[in-house]
Amino acid sequence: MLAFIIRRLAQAVVVVLAMVSIVFFGAYVVGDPVWMMAPGDATQEQIEEIRRTFGFDQPAHVQFLRFLADIARGEFGRSYVHGSSAIGLILERMPATLELAFAALVFAILFGIPLGLYAGLKPDHWFSRAVMAGSILGFSLPTFWVGLMLIMLFSVMLGWLPATGRGPTVNVLGVETSLLSLEGWRHLMLPAINLGLLKLSLVIRLTRSGAREASLQDYVKFARAKGLSQGRIIGVHILKNILIPIVTVLGLEFGSLVAFSVVTETIFAWPGMGKLLLESIQRLDRPLIVAYVMVVVLLFVTINLIVDILYSALDPRVRITGAES
Amino acid sequence: MAAVLEVENLATHFALREGLVKAVDGVSFSIAPGEVLGLVGESGSGKSVTGFSIMGLVDPPGRIVSGSIRLEGRELVGLSEDEMRGLRGRRVAMIFQDPMMTLNPVLRIDTQMIESVLAHDRVSEKAARARAAAALTQVGIPSPEERLASYPHQFSGGMRQRVAIAIALLHRPALIVADEPTTALDVTIQSQILAEAQKLCRESGAALLWITHDLAVVAGLADRVAVMYAGRIVEQGQVDDVLDHPLHPYTKGLIGSVPSGAMRGSRLAQIPGATPSLGRLPPGCAFAPRCPRVIDVCRVTSPPESQREGRRLRCHNAEPAP
Repeated sequence: MLAFIIRRLAQAVVVVLAMVSIVFFGAYVVGDPVWMMAPGDATQEQIEEIRRTFGFDQPAHVQFLRFLADIARGEFGRSYVHGSSAIGLILERMPATLELAFAALVFAILFGIPLGLYAGLKPDHWFSRAVMAGSILGFSLPTFWVGLMLIMLFSVMLGWLPATGRGPTVNVLGVETSLLSLEGWRHLMLPAINLGLLKLSLVIRLTRSGAREASLQDYVKFARAKGLSQGRIIGVHILKNILIPIVTVLGLEFGSLVAFSVVTETIFAWPGMGKLLLESIQRLDRPLIVAYVMVVVLLFVTINLIVDILYSALDPRVRITGAES
Repeated sequence: MAAVLEVENLATHFALREGLVKAVDGVSFSIAPGEVLGLVGESGSGKSVTGFSIMGLVDPPGRIVSGSIRLEGRELVGLSEDEMRGLRGRRVAMIFQDPMMTLNPVLRIDTQMIESVLAHDRVSEKAARARAAAALTQVGIPSPEERLASYPHQFSGGMRQRVAIAIALLHRPALIVADEPTTALDVTIQSQILAEAQKLCRESGAALLWITHDLAVVAGLADRVAVMYAGRIVEQGQVDDVLDHPLHPYTKGLIGSVPSGAMRGSRLAQIPGATPSLGRLPPGCAFAPRCPRVIDVCRVTSPPESQREGRRLRCHNAEPAP
């Protein structure tokens, strides 16, 4: 197991390097950040001065190598816009995003698995058909539109829930969270539903197809022949089998929830790192963009690793082959 | 002695889009305690559906439309799902065809055995575990305590089938329905399982309904045999009588298609044609289109059941007595 984890981490380093290069050159091509940094009435000399200070006068490969050398020294660069450490800025915003992504995931699982099970075990019931039709909507409606509709319905027309911001947060062990106050929950609700809707549809469809397949297996019939209750057959025999693909997919999807919460954070003015990224792209704040990508890649790799470990806990057949290899 | 199982005029039909499929259509038989009845037939003859009907495990669109199934004198047809669940695994147990598929791959053997005990008996988990270990010993699995902590994939096919048998025996049921339990196994394992099943039934006094397509298995194991064709039992009687002197042309054809040493070099006999689709049976006897002894009446009316020489027979023109 340890060798496996080390191998994974080595892979992660390669992936991070590749991603950082792509993003660095991508940002280099997009435009010259000097124009964003210089005041509107700056003279040509002042602009040249800024360019020299930040090393923008050097050719691309020199800038890149210098950038890599900085990273090797643990120096991730300072945001051109904020003037402070890029990584620091991102980490500061990360709890808000993680909280949002986590809430969205919990929402998707809490509603998705029961609905999917029902739809899979009673495929001809009208409610199952309604759930499946709804999940197609969840898949196909664009997130930004659903977000706007949620705001219009629950904030503007009904006035039940706040439309923007994170609300009051409570500091727990140095991490700000809105999970500990009612007001925080009220702020979290709409963005979490908005972000989780797509995953909800995914969970429903995964659970349904898994349940349909599993319920036809001989082991389910054998379990019935043993006289087990319906609850035990569904809750243990069927659910444990279909959890394997669900855990795999959801683990990977959690990464995408974090990385692509950009839209939801922007609509609901959620102070997370997605919103920060969007602002940085608009301002060509290269260190921040690159740092963001590194954080997200590391997050993906870590999640993949956790999924692999969880997977072997769920499926005994994987456990055996893993131990032998 | 009173029969453990009495099935009378059982009819199980499947309402499919293509029409009504009469998978089981007027089947009657009974099994005495400790007796082994071999239910023989080709694929699609309705033998498995008969087994599932007894277990109350026929899923829609299938339905028991008429007839009666009495287990230890108690009528099973019309019982609620909950009452039926209380009997399954306790008074009537089932062993399935493919041991690779019947044990849940993600649950340990002990989980699957203990839950079977706890489904019917209010005992501690420790007591249930002890019973599970005893059942494994009974079916000849060495060091059961260790094996209990294994997963199904760590067992061979034969061992898995033994585990399935052990689960079936947990509550000392009055009847065990075995649906081709040796078909998926190697021949050597097959005979071990057969011997084991026979021994366990003798010991526990359980009646055994052994569903199979293999006449050789029936010859070695069963006391009586019932031959099924297209949803009906066409001939049933003592196993030696039926196999030595089949009266129904279909039984005769089945026995003739089994290769044997005495016929070395000669052409293997076969029944011409194929099993009819259950949705489109001919008007008269279902076997008439393939029957070598067919007469006019066979094509018009389905033969009623008659008694002859201690057997029950459905044929207009049976073989002459030996």
